Amino acid sequence: MLLKTEPSPETIKQDRLYAEMGLTDQEFQMIEDTLGRLPNFTETGLFSVMWSEHCSYKNSKVLLKKFPTEAQHVLQGPGEGAGIIDIGDEQAVAFKIESHNHPSAIEPYQGAATGVGGIIRDVFSMGARPVALLNSLRFGELGKPRVNYLFEQVVAGIAGYGNCIGIPTVGGEVQFDPCYEGNPLVNAMCVGLIDHKDIQKGQAKGVGNPVIYVGASTGKDGIHGATFASEELSETSESKRPAVQVGDPFMEKLLMEACLEVVKNDALVGIQDMGAAGLTSSSAEMASKAGSGIEMDLDRVPQREKGMSAYEMMLSESQERMLLVVEKGREQEFLDLFDRYGLMAVVVGHVTDDKRLRLTHRGETVADVPVDALAEEAPVYHKPSKVPAYFEQFQKQDPSVPQVDSLEETLMTLLAQPTIASKEWVYNQYDYMVRTNTVVMPGSDAAVIRIRGTEKALAMTTDCNSRYLYLDPEEGGKLAVAEAARNIVCSGAKPLGVTDCLNYGSPDRPEIFWQLEKSTDGLSEACRALETPVIGGNVSLYNERSGEAVYPTPVIGMVGLVENLSHITTQQAKNAGDLIYVVGEADRDFGGSELQKLTDGTISGRPPRIDMETEKRRQNEVLTAIQAGTVASAHDLAEGGFLVALAETVMGTGLGASVSIGTDAVTESFAETPSRYVITVAKEQQSRFEALVPDARFAGEVTAEPQLTVTGSTGEALIAVGTAELERTWKGAIPCLVKSED
Amino acid sequence: MKFAVVVFPGSNCDIDMYHAVRDELGEEAVYVDYRETSLKEYDAVLLPGGFSFGDYLRSGAIAARLPIARGIREAAAEGKPVLGVCNGFQVLLELGLLPGAMRRNRQLSFICKSVTLEVANSSTLFTSAYQPGEHVTIPVAHGDGNYFCDEATLEELRTNGQIAFTYTEDVNGSVDRIAGITNKAGNVLGMMPHPERAVDELLGSADGLKMFQSILTHWRETHAVKN
Repeated sequence: MLLKTEPSPETIKQDRLYAEMGLTDQEFQMIEDTLGRLPNFTETGLFSVMWSEHCSYKNSKVLLKKFPTEAQHVLQGPGEGAGIIDIGDEQAVAFKIESHNHPSAIEPYQGAATGVGGIIRDVFSMGARPVALLNSLRFGELGKPRVNYLFEQVVAGIAGYGNCIGIPTVGGEVQFDPCYEGNPLVNAMCVGLIDHKDIQKGQAKGVGNPVIYVGASTGKDGIHGATFASEELSETSESKRPAVQVGDPFMEKLLMEACLEVVKNDALVGIQDMGAAGLTSSSAEMASKAGSGIEMDLDRVPQREKGMSAYEMMLSESQERMLLVVEKGREQEFLDLFDRYGLMAVVVGHVTDDKRLRLTHRGETVADVPVDALAEEAPVYHKPSKVPAYFEQFQKQDPSVPQVDSLEETLMTLLAQPTIASKEWVYNQYDYMVRTNTVVMPGSDAAVIRIRGTEKALAMTTDCNSRYLYLDPEEGGKLAVAEAARNIVCSGAKPLGVTDCLNYGSPDRPEIFWQLEKSTDGLSEACRALETPVIGGNVSLYNERSGEAVYPTPVIGMVGLVENLSHITTQQAKNAGDLIYVVGEADRDFGGSELQKLTDGTISGRPPRIDMETEKRRQNEVLTAIQAGTVASAHDLAEGGFLVALAETVMGTGLGASVSIGTDAVTESFAETPSRYVITVAKEQQSRFEALVPDARFAGEVTAEPQLTVTGSTGEALIAVGTAELERTWKGAIPCLVKSED
Repeated sequence: MKFAVVVFPGSNCDIDMYHAVRDELGEEAVYVDYRETSLKEYDAVLLPGGFSFGDYLRSGAIAARLPIARGIREAAAEGKPVLGVCNGFQVLLELGLLPGAMRRNRQLSFICKSVTLEVANSSTLFTSAYQPGEHVTIPVAHGDGNYFCDEATLEELRTNGQIAFTYTEDVNGSVDRIAGITNKAGNVLGMMPHPERAVDELLGSADGLKMFQSILTHWRETHAVKN
């Protein structure tokens, strides 16, 4: 019994119904040519999701090729669930970042929650045990009811999923800017640990091998989610709420534990998560990667409601589902194992040798298409690119130093800017300690997770200053990678590699494509210079609302290796009497700075220039100094410049700091010149430290008196403010803006 | 000494309990599946934190109605130490082994942070290694930690010395700032803060280790070889 009649192939073509699914006339023609006939409704659906930007990267592929993806320590580069990097002793780290922007804009709690769920599945589908979560969030300016609602619900959604499944959310970043008001960014990253021998791939090999469906049943949620993610948001996007999935972290906890047990079984051939485009992408990609085909009987797919069509089942993005291929004859072992975890597991099909995805439903063949056409042969576009007028104008602008009347007032105001202010309100909602490995908790430059049973640890961070990228995408791209790496170095780790989440506006606009083009140039150059290959990531385009694009925001997720637990360093000052050093000189870099935003209300000009050689050299020197045990605390200079970094060094320690600055007080205090650090050093380490870090300049001392004192070149007092007051301002800003009591 | 770490579907601090006992206390710990019915071979029972059954229906409600509930009740009746932390505390309340109930945090959001606790009763088998009134740093991580009981029950808890730990400041809205309570016999302790997360200075605090040491001391004293 058919509940509704699907349009005929002829109607789909004549009435251009494919356009509603996101396919162009030309793309529909390509499908017709590939099949040698008109596609039916289900087949049109399969192509539309697989050829969406979200699944095919059709608009970004040409640019992603630029990234360095190989190195001796890379065990798995882009193309699988997550990239994997060797960390020695037959162990490796798997990690990936992914966006869930559009769902979060419409239904922030579930959008963010399922973003976390999806990235966790990507990591455990590789066979890796997820050990940490991070995120990177962007919203409009706090204070507006809609922005506050999105912010609070996204945080609650991340907390709801991560806390329940029991993976610590250890780090991340949150920034606020009007450009994200209609289109917030929600990027989630997961880091996992794996033994080399357990590494899995999503491949459907071996003709006749059964295909097993595991986990939640398939419902009508998330249908066309991938397509929805590949178009601009608009006033009518609210109607797309059914395209947002609903998460069940309890189900995923069971699924994760079961899958981590399954990977130990030698009869497992391949495993992949059903993420974007659900059953369609997992089956087509697994077959395509293995050079095989898959035949599935959709009547066997566990369904949440009666009367679901083939189209709905194949396009559903119901969460917490996995697809497995196992050796023929041993399927019962797997079915029994999943049963023990209380999970549904069903043989839904088998591997074939004809490289086709063939689906039957109610006794009829409802789709029969080449898997490569779906997975590999999506069209690739090189969109036209054009230098935006604003960029040319900004490039001509002379650098200027913002007018500052009182250094102290300016510092206090900067500390209260939501982008700089303490994110305690956010991370205190995340369980960042579960599994008891979190050595450095949220609030330092990078989080650090120990590797139980070894002397090693992993440092991890997410980073991106999109203001710089807006002003100059190429330079901004370099700055983003460099800052992430500095965060890793400050924690005592050597940067290993990068996962990136490229969040941009519509590539159909030449100015946006230009941003994408230039920033990927900058990212590639920096990753090459710092020897941090890109091992995977995600592209999220069409981040626009009513024609307003977000700033180009390529979020960098970076992981580093701490070789010995004794190297772990935080940004907090340790002892009174320790010496304070600034590594690197300040220049008049205010383009895109926090101070410029504050004084001008907007950003303009050129962002700071970065010299990658200096960057790399200083990173090496600082890391060597940390490893040699000469450093008490290390903090990267970022938004707000030196004084903000110094305040962050003493806040929460009960200590103070006394420093002197030179004649160009505003520049030294607030310029955002890159490749710089604030480092504190015990007196007895002074000469060793100075020898190891030649660019370090003595600035002052950590004091027992909890006060920040800054004196000018002639000894005049510029700032004298209690640490407690700094802390009150810094910690109070976000709770005050969301009007929460805690 | 042999500790049972009961694992429910959705438990996620089971591994933390296990390592606290094995690595830091140096005693034996064994994961026990919720489908088992007996805990006879164990000297103490640990109910870990997490989200058993996703907190669906009510935190701890489903877990308290599984086969292992029989084993937990028996262990409690036999006077063995039974420690429920966070979700484990909620399970003990649902089992009726401890009085009162848990509400959503006053803030209506999840809270994860290190808090200061006061040892309100240092003469229980779980707290003997602490000084009376000692302040200890132990993390909390919960959404439903707002303990409630009526006046009569509260009075009883006070009179019997059943309040083991209190928060030094209001963390989640709990009645009388209660962080942990025992049963009348003193061998069942439920607490929202996580002592198993505070057993190693590397992770910020080792103040929770004394709880496990107290349990061990008690067991050694009661199982001393009689000459």
